[in-house]
Amino acid sequence: MHLEYFQLIDRIVDINIGAKTITVEAQVPQHNTIFEGHFPGYPIMPGVLLIEAMAQTSGWLLISLMKFERMPFLAAVKEAKMRGFVAPGELLTIDASMVYEGSGYAITEAKIKVGGKLRTNATLTFSHIPFPNADLRGHMDAVAKRIGFPQQAITND
Amino acid sequence: MSSTFDQVATIIAETCDIPRDTITPESHAIDDLGIDSLDFLDIAFAIDKAFGIKLPLEKWTQEVNDGKATTEQYFVLKNLCARIDELVAAKNAGT
Repeated sequence: MHLEYFQLIDRIVDINIGAKTITVEAQVPQHNTIFEGHFPGYPIMPGVLLIEAMAQTSGWLLISLMKFERMPFLAAVKEAKMRGFVAPGELLTIDASMVYEGSGYAITEAKIKVGGKLRTNATLTFSHIPFPNADLRGHMDAVAKRIGFPQQAITND
Repeated sequence: MSSTFDQVATIIAETCDIPRDTITPESHAIDDLGIDSLDFLDIAFAIDKAFGIKLPLEKWTQEVNDGKATTEQYFVLKNLCARIDELVAAKNAGT
């Protein structure tokens, strides 16, 4: 994770286009200024960042399903549950699946697990539009490369 | 039509917490009921599920933005219900 840049996903482990699912990993940093305030003497990952991590995971799934032609934006968070604390240094495994594809929007369900145990889950709604400019598209291409996006996932189906 | 309207009105009332008796076939979802685009996504999702269709929101929005259609054509509830009936009929016809 690079929290200062809002880069919460480290590595794509698997994307299954047919099943419309994705699994990623994210390493919570051991040290970060966020933990100095959240909370002094008892550092835990803020729930909003866990939601963002699930949103970014879902976003990569949607981008792949839309073959890098459209950009999803988080529109609604429902049934978000923080079931357990996430501490500095923990490795997150984040799963997301698309549960509905509407016209210009999509709904996903996402889960964060640590050591196989569920810590957080949510139902997320995204609106999506064609990439608004080349800069954003270029940035997403670069991030895709950094996190190991499997290009074959969208070219071989 | 009446059945479709009853279902849609119930969906809108429950999704947006709008009193059911204020929703009429002549109501404009945006102008009269104050439903914004995000709430309409929830309504579209519920309608899609209830009727087994996919409301073409992007196409409608594009037509309105291009001046080829008015919001009344799609968002006055009696017209929305007519569109839903058309989509259901098309689905049942296998088109």
